[in-house]
Amino acid sequence: MKVLVTAKEVATVENEFEIEEMAIADRYLGADLNEWDDYAVEEAVQLKEADIAAEVVTVTIGPDDCEQTIRQALAKGADRAIRVWDDTLEEATLLDVGAKTELLAAVVEDEEPDLVLTGVQSDDDSFGATGVSLAEAVDYEWAAVVNHLEHDLKDGGASIRRELEGGVEELTDVSLPAVLTIQTGINEPRYASLRGIRQAQRKELSVQDLAALGVDESAVDSALELTAMYEPESQSDVMLWEGSPEETAGELAELLREKGVAQ
Amino acid sequence: MTDVLAVADHRRGELRDVSYELITAGHALADDTGGDLHVAVVSGTVDEFAEKCNREGVNVIHTIEYGKEFDHGVYTQAIVQLADELDPQYVLLPNSVNGLDYAPAVASRLDVPIVTDAIGLENDGETLVATREMYGGKVETMTELKEPAVATLRGAEWPAAERTGDATVEAFDVDIDEDALGTTVNGFEEVASGDVDISEADVLVSVGRGIEEEDNLEIIHKLADALGATVSSSRPIVDNGWLPKNRQVGQSGKVVTPDVYIAIGISGAVQHVAGMKGSDTIVAINTDPNAPIIDIADYAIHDDLFDVVPELIELVK
Repeated sequence: MKVLVTAKEVATVENEFEIEEMAIADRYLGADLNEWDDYAVEEAVQLKEADIAAEVVTVTIGPDDCEQTIRQALAKGADRAIRVWDDTLEEATLLDVGAKTELLAAVVEDEEPDLVLTGVQSDDDSFGATGVSLAEAVDYEWAAVVNHLEHDLKDGGASIRRELEGGVEELTDVSLPAVLTIQTGINEPRYASLRGIRQAQRKELSVQDLAALGVDESAVDSALELTAMYEPESQSDVMLWEGSPEETAGELAELLREKGVAQ
Repeated sequence: MTDVLAVADHRRGELRDVSYELITAGHALADDTGGDLHVAVVSGTVDEFAEKCNREGVNVIHTIEYGKEFDHGVYTQAIVQLADELDPQYVLLPNSVNGLDYAPAVASRLDVPIVTDAIGLENDGETLVATREMYGGKVETMTELKEPAVATLRGAEWPAAERTGDATVEAFDVDIDEDALGTTVNGFEEVASGDVDISEADVLVSVGRGIEEEDNLEIIHKLADALGATVSSSRPIVDNGWLPKNRQVGQSGKVVTPDVYIAIGISGAVQHVAGMKGSDTIVAINTDPNAPIIDIADYAIHDDLFDVVPELIELVK
């Protein structure tokens, strides 16, 4: 079977940063593979190693800058990658769930995977909705927030666990084809080996624009418009201890004595 | 088309708190739009849930009797059929694990946009303004929407509706296509139990991503020993397999209310804060002066935990 994994490059933000207009200034941003997608890639590669998946394909919506991140996923064991980008996307300020769904649905319709794995959410815009929305668009079954996938997939189905709130898991069977949104902790994502990194350079990374996917430019028009971005106002009345580690540890030790915690 | 439809959340026979919070948010939004607030309860003991959802501001409660527990296929079909009949301007759903398991499908079938994890909502007559966080809570954003929409609301951001109302209760007959239900829920399992119950601890030394490596946990255990405290953690430590699941504080772990909670190298993601904000005294040790944990801490040290914690161990052992 074929597994398609979404692999998003997300912006990482330094502790101190400035906002310019409606975005964090570039100089405070780094880039990395979205944490949740890293677990999704690992799960897909493990399915391949268990001889269940014949092919693992990644899909990324992003500019050519993110090819290094895509190569990370290839180095970890994905077979080939698709990157979706063109000028229309370059000009878009916010890709909402609907826009991402249309783009990814076009890829799913081309690739016809049996299983699509996405991260539960992305670290930057945190919508947490694209996986289920994608399933609905391509008429696949789905499960959100999956923290265990039985690797001996039954004929036409998968047994999974969904992580609910409060330390409770739901045990569910899902029929395939399906989209599963993968929660962190489901596995231990591997580091790319040197051999993997070398091999990744030779793996296919195809770039597809909207026309190639048969998607109309209007798909990128977001229903959501970002109108303000600011640092949250702190309502903190925290007592901040300053000084050397000896001094601040001393203050804390004193507090703990007052509370009867320490002698 | 000015009405608001909010859908209650329940599990294993219990209505979840976010249901009452959705009523508060829905009431305010219906005031903005000039419409009615409808509440839907789907599956389980719907009449009992309807009675509990009869809070001030609710006009009509729709009970949809079908199955016992949450099933995303049933919820999606039921809410879409109800929304087709009511034609609400906004559908409000919980940003819970189950909410996220059907809200995008509802939005898709109603052909309206979705905005998730809102922490504020306002409507000026034609535009919905949702306040959200991005980059793990480092920034807040305002997002505008000029269309009907599905919005999911973060828990604990609105107060729970408390006063009893005078809503009418109507049973809504759904036509569920069982062939279209592609998942089967087989049961539930508690996974956070074990030898130590952190929810019973008086003092918790809690560790997060800032500890960097598993070997470094040694100083956390040493500190806990010196204080007679129990070790707990935020999610990444458990994800890495460095501590068992029963030590995890947060939305998907345990809710704790110790006398003293020392958060070491924990930035304070909303999911974590949900599990420990009821602690009596909160102390944070963190290198990031803007970490969200500082907002709820009573005392804070902006410094490297590897400098402060060894000093502290010396002082208290």
